[in-house]
Amino acid sequence: MKKFGIGQPVKRREDLRFLTGRGCYTDDLSRPGQLVGMAVRAPLAHAEIGEIDTTDAEALPGVHLVLTAERLKAMGVSNEIACLAPPKDGVVHGRPVLAEGRVRHVGEAVAFIVAESREAAEAARDLVFADLEPLDTIVDTARAGDPDAPSVHEDAPANRAFVWSFGDAVKTGEAFSRAAHVTRIRIRNQRVAPNAMEPRAILAEYEEGKGFVAHLGTQGVEGILHQFATLLGEPEERIRVVTPDVGGGFGMKSFMYPEYVLAMAASRALKRPVKWTADRNESFLSDTHGRDLVSEAALAFDEEARILGYRIETIANMGAYLSNFAPAIATMAPLQVVPGPYRIPVVHQQVTGVYTHTQPIDAYRGAGRPEAAYLLERLVQRAAREMGLAPDEIRRRNFVPESAMPWTNATGATYDSGDFLGTMEAAMARADWDGFEARREQARTRGLRRGIGMAYYVECTLGAPSEEVELHFTDDGRLRLYVGTQSNGQGHETAWPQVLADRLDISPERIEIVQGDTAAKPTGGGTGGSRSLQMIGNACVVAADALIARGREVWAALEEGLEAEDVEYAAGEFFSRRSNRRIGLFELAELARSAELPEELAGGLDIAATYTRPASTFPNGCHIAEVEVDPETGVTRMVRYTVVDDFGVVINPMLVTGQVHGGVVQGIGQALGEAVAYDEDGQLLTGSFMDYVMPRADDLCRIDFHFREIPCRTNPLGIKGCGEAGTIGACPAVINAILDALWDDGVHEIDMPATPHRVWQALRDARAAGDGDRRKVA
Amino acid sequence: MGEVNPIEIELTVNGETRRCRVMPHRLLVEFLREDLGLTGTHVGCDTAQCGACTVLWNGRPVKACNTLAVEAAGAAITTIEGLAPSPKGIADEAAWHPMQRAFHEHHGLQCGFCTPGMIMAAIGIAERHGDALDEETVRAELEGNLCRCTGYQNIVDAVLAGARAMTPAAQRGDG
Repeated sequence: MKKFGIGQPVKRREDLRFLTGRGCYTDDLSRPGQLVGMAVRAPLAHAEIGEIDTTDAEALPGVHLVLTAERLKAMGVSNEIACLAPPKDGVVHGRPVLAEGRVRHVGEAVAFIVAESREAAEAARDLVFADLEPLDTIVDTARAGDPDAPSVHEDAPANRAFVWSFGDAVKTGEAFSRAAHVTRIRIRNQRVAPNAMEPRAILAEYEEGKGFVAHLGTQGVEGILHQFATLLGEPEERIRVVTPDVGGGFGMKSFMYPEYVLAMAASRALKRPVKWTADRNESFLSDTHGRDLVSEAALAFDEEARILGYRIETIANMGAYLSNFAPAIATMAPLQVVPGPYRIPVVHQQVTGVYTHTQPIDAYRGAGRPEAAYLLERLVQRAAREMGLAPDEIRRRNFVPESAMPWTNATGATYDSGDFLGTMEAAMARADWDGFEARREQARTRGLRRGIGMAYYVECTLGAPSEEVELHFTDDGRLRLYVGTQSNGQGHETAWPQVLADRLDISPERIEIVQGDTAAKPTGGGTGGSRSLQMIGNACVVAADALIARGREVWAALEEGLEAEDVEYAAGEFFSRRSNRRIGLFELAELARSAELPEELAGGLDIAATYTRPASTFPNGCHIAEVEVDPETGVTRMVRYTVVDDFGVVINPMLVTGQVHGGVVQGIGQALGEAVAYDEDGQLLTGSFMDYVMPRADDLCRIDFHFREIPCRTNPLGIKGCGEAGTIGACPAVINAILDALWDDGVHEIDMPATPHRVWQALRDARAAGDGDRRKVA
Repeated sequence: MGEVNPIEIELTVNGETRRCRVMPHRLLVEFLREDLGLTGTHVGCDTAQCGACTVLWNGRPVKACNTLAVEAAGAAITTIEGLAPSPKGIADEAAWHPMQRAFHEHHGLQCGFCTPGMIMAAIGIAERHGDALDEETVRAELEGNLCRCTGYQNIVDAVLAGARAMTPAAQRGDG
């Protein structure tokens, strides 16, 4: 096995700069003459905007510009960030750059100040007087469509942004009418804040005659470039988008945001660099949020507890405006895996997207698939309880068997591979499932309720289905890989060279990567949907093969009497089958650069290659959580956590393990503590890390992670993707464990986050209801 | 309101004596990042909750977002850049602090944003507990540092390994 090849836990090269303080995140950049941008944010969730008086602010020394929606439009800037996934027959309102006429959520920017210093900008911010006439608000997802709910947009009756449905309602209805048992559930998947540790920031530079350079943390520069061009009314050639190091994105950094447009417009107006950096409070007020939906769902079973049909009705909160991809996240994104790992003959799903006076929602790690898995796995668990089956038994009866692969499910998606039963059994063995009852009893002697919960998820990887990479040889004898995805911390700089070095059989030390710069590589689908390794990894395979093929031709063209078909490649060298002639890859590249080559071989060994995936891949796995709940305080402690995943072929197990750990903890965070809370007036109650419960080191137990490599059959490397999986499995596993712990106390439902107070209240309510029952009997 | 004037302070930053004029309301983290250009120390929140700005103050970790620069007069401040400087540059892993090496070995970082603060906090934990350090203590004492990428497990492992490598026996090579 090669030391740095596929399957090895190669240490990360990006660590060198991150560990020594030489990482370069957007706010680390500064330019001479740079100005500071600062947003003036609405303190009300819904208000009519009267006059915005900027006179005093503009009069302050050091203040260069105060932008309002009106002035922005007068500068030729579009004031609406378009929704890029507009729903069919929907009422579409993109996010305004600056509020116009009305504000519709707390924190919405009404003006933008550009000043010499942060102090000057802060002073000016306090002197912008926006005349706001308060209006009634609606924040609650489930009540947004009520007849008496205040209207967010006049042209959206019942605050409906769209209604989307999928599946066969008639056949699903038939399945329910002949069911021996029906399990129903109503579940709220609460709003959460992605909270990348690096707040959003942009450094915008405009130079007359040249155009723009924008440095900002994105999940891919191409999409941001297109949007800048449209919003600013500039040709794309005049805009260069650069993404330096990114301190986490989790979906949230994929999108265009108002402050980015404002900084660019201000830089153009003032011909000075303009930097805007969010503080954490602004992140809570202006980043997109995730989740926030309420679902009623039902499973129909036959006498043998086999699923006959699945019905889902969801209300999905979009916030006040439709962010870039929001409508797709609640609808199309999870569709392929709505039936999960089970043989479900018919499915019917309806999603109503609603506007509320809250921040826009969009993709957050998993983007629709955690919501789908949470719903289905909570339902299955509840059904098992109702029918007196063990959690593993109901799954055994319903899993798609490995022998049925490839399996086309009720949504038309084809799972290429997977051994759900074997993976569940592997997880159960590692979790000592059979020994659990003894642990439960032991916990009881300590006054605690111990529970075990299982979830089996199937994910579908998403994002742009095509990716081009370029390979260039440099003057100093290195191979440079140009990619259009963007590391947000996952370790791409280590993983891509690992694949390429493996295929070319060269040292990864000789490979460098260029990412995140539209001047170097203008196209690329970015990071998201667990796609990067699958897309770039396989593009590297295609590129390596193309490079070797090109090398044969080039060497044959340069070498008298050598035919391309006689040239072979191994261990980093081309050699002739018919003679002892050989030449190293890098020597040939250098030779080709200075040589006269026929036109069809122009460019020598520098090539571009594209990989297009034929289908989504389907990572899947089993999570088993064990918790101990203190019935006196309601505190839940994570005590054991087991994950067995099938990610197909694993390129770097160290990186994959890191992805799973991080993903699981984001899921545990949502299950136990995280929630964005608004009061009835739409005021944000969780505007800092003091109010918003982020998981911390002492909230967690160790995660036992193991993978089974069942190769994906639809791509050359056989990989399935791992970036979001942890987040998808964790929420249902943890909540199922809590309900298992509390079932005998009468707690049969609980919504996330299962905070100590909520658990304590649920126990109290259950006890009161139990007392009531006993009284009735008496 | 009277006029506010800068105050002259002298302090040591990464072994170098600095004499600077700073405004009395300037935060230590702003002074380090913006005045001295030491951008390895990060700002992840505004309520002293995340710990991304942690630096060593006379060898002990403090949150630089919650400290005024003028308070640091006379102190020795170490930032991530000065933890283990090598004339050969950052690739000189042999010169790294044992805690930096441990984070690398255990994949204790992903996006790297919380990492400088984590390492500073970890050094403090290791020095407080020495050989007696266990996982529970590490988890409890990392409570003031947030990481959104790693789920903490590899960080905890890195802190334990780094602490072992920092003991006098390990430093002598016989541990």
